[in-house]
Amino acid sequence: MSGSYRAKIAAVLRKGSELMKEANKGDWVQIFKIVLQPNDRAPGLPAETAAVPLTMKVKGFLKNNSARLGDAVMIETITGRVTEGEMIAVNPVYDINYGAPQQDLLQVGIEARLALKGGKNSQ
Amino acid sequence: MTGKNDVSYNSVMSRKNEIMKQAVGLDYDQFEETGLAFDYEAMMAKAGYSLDEVIDIQFETCVGRTPLVEMKNISALARLSAQPGKGARIFIKDEACNPSGSFKARRAAVSCYQAQKYGYKGVIAATSGNYGAAVASQAAMRGLKCIIVQELFDSRGLCQPEIMEKGRACEAYGAEVVQLSVGPELFYQFLVLLEETGYFNASLYTPFGIAGIETLGFEVAEQVRATAKRDPAAVLITHAGGGNVTGTARGLIKAGCDSTAVIGASVDLSGLHMASDRDFNRKSFTTGHTGFGVPFTTWPDRVDVPRNAARPLRYLDRYVTVTQGEVFYMTELLAQLEGLERGPAGNTSLAAAFAIAREYNRDEIIVVQETEYTGAGKHPAPQLTFARSQGITVRRGDPLDNKPGETIVVPQSHDQIAVQEVELSGLKRSYLKRAKMEKDKSGSDLAPLEKDYLAAEIRGTVNEVEKYFQEGQ
Repeated sequence: MSGSYRAKIAAVLRKGSELMKEANKGDWVQIFKIVLQPNDRAPGLPAETAAVPLTMKVKGFLKNNSARLGDAVMIETITGRVTEGEMIAVNPVYDINYGAPQQDLLQVGIEARLALKGGKNSQ
Repeated sequence: MTGKNDVSYNSVMSRKNEIMKQAVGLDYDQFEETGLAFDYEAMMAKAGYSLDEVIDIQFETCVGRTPLVEMKNISALARLSAQPGKGARIFIKDEACNPSGSFKARRAAVSCYQAQKYGYKGVIAATSGNYGAAVASQAAMRGLKCIIVQELFDSRGLCQPEIMEKGRACEAYGAEVVQLSVGPELFYQFLVLLEETGYFNASLYTPFGIAGIETLGFEVAEQVRATAKRDPAAVLITHAGGGNVTGTARGLIKAGCDSTAVIGASVDLSGLHMASDRDFNRKSFTTGHTGFGVPFTTWPDRVDVPRNAARPLRYLDRYVTVTQGEVFYMTELLAQLEGLERGPAGNTSLAAAFAIAREYNRDEIIVVQETEYTGAGKHPAPQLTFARSQGITVRRGDPLDNKPGETIVVPQSHDQIAVQEVELSGLKRSYLKRAKMEKDKSGSDLAPLEKDYLAAEIRGTVNEVEKYFQEGQ
């Protein structure tokens, strides 16, 4: 039940962002841009880092009259900076949560309380 | 500000010193002596603030004066595995009570005060940690604009949940968050933004930032004395960039705690490369770990200001590591035995304290000098959920079986919690090795002033320095 509930919520969130493929002037959006191509990166990086570009994401208010995901757009950030990049999200969701309960931690409190009561010293 | 400059990587990096000078409003040249040497204490005295000034500055924005709480149940649990008569009283400084939820508010308070005093319109900080929210919160109180630059995601776009939460917190305080993929060139983008905006560099490593932490050490001393009429036997400090160790130790010294041991503790992430796009999401701690703790100890000047005010080798009496699994275990105990949901990363020194308490007598006091707030993504459950999704094995067992990037072992029982010593003598040799490398580049011999400086840096003698430079060991 909880699994299907989680899936449902995830689907709603996904759908929410998928639906928002278009944005109008003033909408809160996120842009993506390549800061340094692999060739321009600093020397001495591990191979797996050196092989990929350094990229950046910034959020701000859309300055274009309208745009679709993937469009090159201008935004004004919350500090008033104007910058440009590829629009990758409209009203981006904070994709963080409290995760799944951890079986490996669930016994820790029980064991510690038992130990303090003199039940088990080392379990 | 200038706007029209060439922003190619090489061009920006070549303007590094000029950009930083503008952005910190401090001429570091005045403290340079000769070659490697600079006058550290003069920098701290002249460019920092006195303890009384810092207390006043922090009072203005509700920073500091956090509670010191005795961990009665955790101390009792530690005693179960201690020799008779052993098992110190463990106290924790609940730094999560600061605005923005961590001790970093202390640093940010002074940085933002400085920025406002010198007329900067805004502040920028390069940080993926709690310092971002701290700067954003303090900037909000002082009406300054704020930009936080963080390293957040790998080349697949996959974000560290802990850093995502920290970014969210920054945005909650009205900051702009610039998010980057993995790589040390974050510093380049940071310089670009400093130049573009003319904002203040609220670096973690300025003399005023470090002065901000001195109040923490001072408060610990005062609170322990008020509670127990004695000095703390040891203060345990989660160690990453070195500011926490340096500032706290300086505060303890100012309070006259001459016999208090300063013990740094980091999460062991050995084997994981901090600049690796692959390793980035294979760790469950994004701060307080050896990936920062060791390199910043052995060469502090690898930072975003010309001279780092955080110089941990000058202050550490001992440096230990604990495992990721042990810190998650302690985080659970802190919540379930003491009723404080805090951390996890800030609980690194608590895990170390649990082990080290066994070495001290029952009437002695050891202090864990910080806690940090907990949030979505920044909590054992989401961090372990994420670790599993990256193929990391999580299980109960012997902490010695932890392998960073592969296995997180949650201790089977409390008596398995232990610290691993990092030999300071080894770190001092690494420091001297790096110093020798720098010196060899210049081709000149060590000047007497440089010998004195290096001896102070490693808390050693001129003889040790000379011996290393002659024999390479």
